[in-house]
Amino acid sequence: MRNLVIEPTSKTPKVILNADLGIFEITGRSIPEDAIGFYRKVLDWIEEYGKSPLPETTFKFQLEYFNTSSSKCLLDIFRKLERMHKSGHKVSIRWHYDSDDEDMAETGQDYQALLDVPFELVPV
Amino acid sequence: MSMTYSYYKNMQLNNIIFVYQGEVTADLVSSILQMVENKLEGEGEDRKVKKRVFNVMVECLQNVYHHLDALPPTDPSNPVRDKTALLMIGREEKDYYIITGNHVMNDRIPEVKARLDRINRASKEELKQLYQEILTGTGFSEKGTAGLGMIDIARKSGQRLGYDFHPVNDKYSFFSLEARVSRIPEK
Repeated sequence: MRNLVIEPTSKTPKVILNADLGIFEITGRSIPEDAIGFYRKVLDWIEEYGKSPLPETTFKFQLEYFNTSSSKCLLDIFRKLERMHKSGHKVSIRWHYDSDDEDMAETGQDYQALLDVPFELVPV
Repeated sequence: MSMTYSYYKNMQLNNIIFVYQGEVTADLVSSILQMVENKLEGEGEDRKVKKRVFNVMVECLQNVYHHLDALPPTDPSNPVRDKTALLMIGREEKDYYIITGNHVMNDRIPEVKARLDRINRASKEELKQLYQEILTGTGFSEKGTAGLGMIDIARKSGQRLGYDFHPVNDKYSFFSLEARVSRIPEK
């Protein structure tokens, strides 16, 4: 499976989905007007990867800002990871946030509460 | 030209740091965000305050952008067929304020008003619940936010949202929304 790399813009994050290593990252800002349009490619890729994932998958999120239309897309990504986890694959989500950004910490906790998948909050 | 000074004084008196009246495009939203962010950065505003202002600004501006997109462009009684709106950002001693103004169809007013009143009545905990309900629900429109934006603005603002509907004609009103962000960082 081909790796997916999307370079960041002022409104969209850097995305690295490495199928060889099982290492995924979304970092930067996610404030596009059309979040569904941006994340469609990412979601399709993860869906495909989820059909035969590596024994271990780590997904790092480190977002400085994200808008509410991205928040639903992030949940969609988490749900796909949750499904992988439930079908017996090792999956871990690491939510990195600026240690004095309480809003981002709280958002991470909100997601954590909604999901049944290892979800770690990592202050940086 | 004689009006220039009074515009200037008026903006100064009202602590306006930015005002825009015109067509709202995605590129314009990007430019405004960048400009205001640079300004906050340059003036050494507290990092937490800066982040909140930026977040609230993103939601307010994108809310207007999505809303204008939904207005019927060819309706002859639509006062603005070119997607224009008013965007304003100000800084007072205690708060930043973000004001947006745009036309809405009168038949949508009850729904918007009910949503805003519900948000303004809700406690911090209730807003969080409401946010999660909408986030996990299935009623997510293709357009994007289905009310999440307003709740997020209220959560980040921590203050009541101000709003007004000014009648324009029998089909349209001018809707203004004001969100405030405290300049005094918590703790």
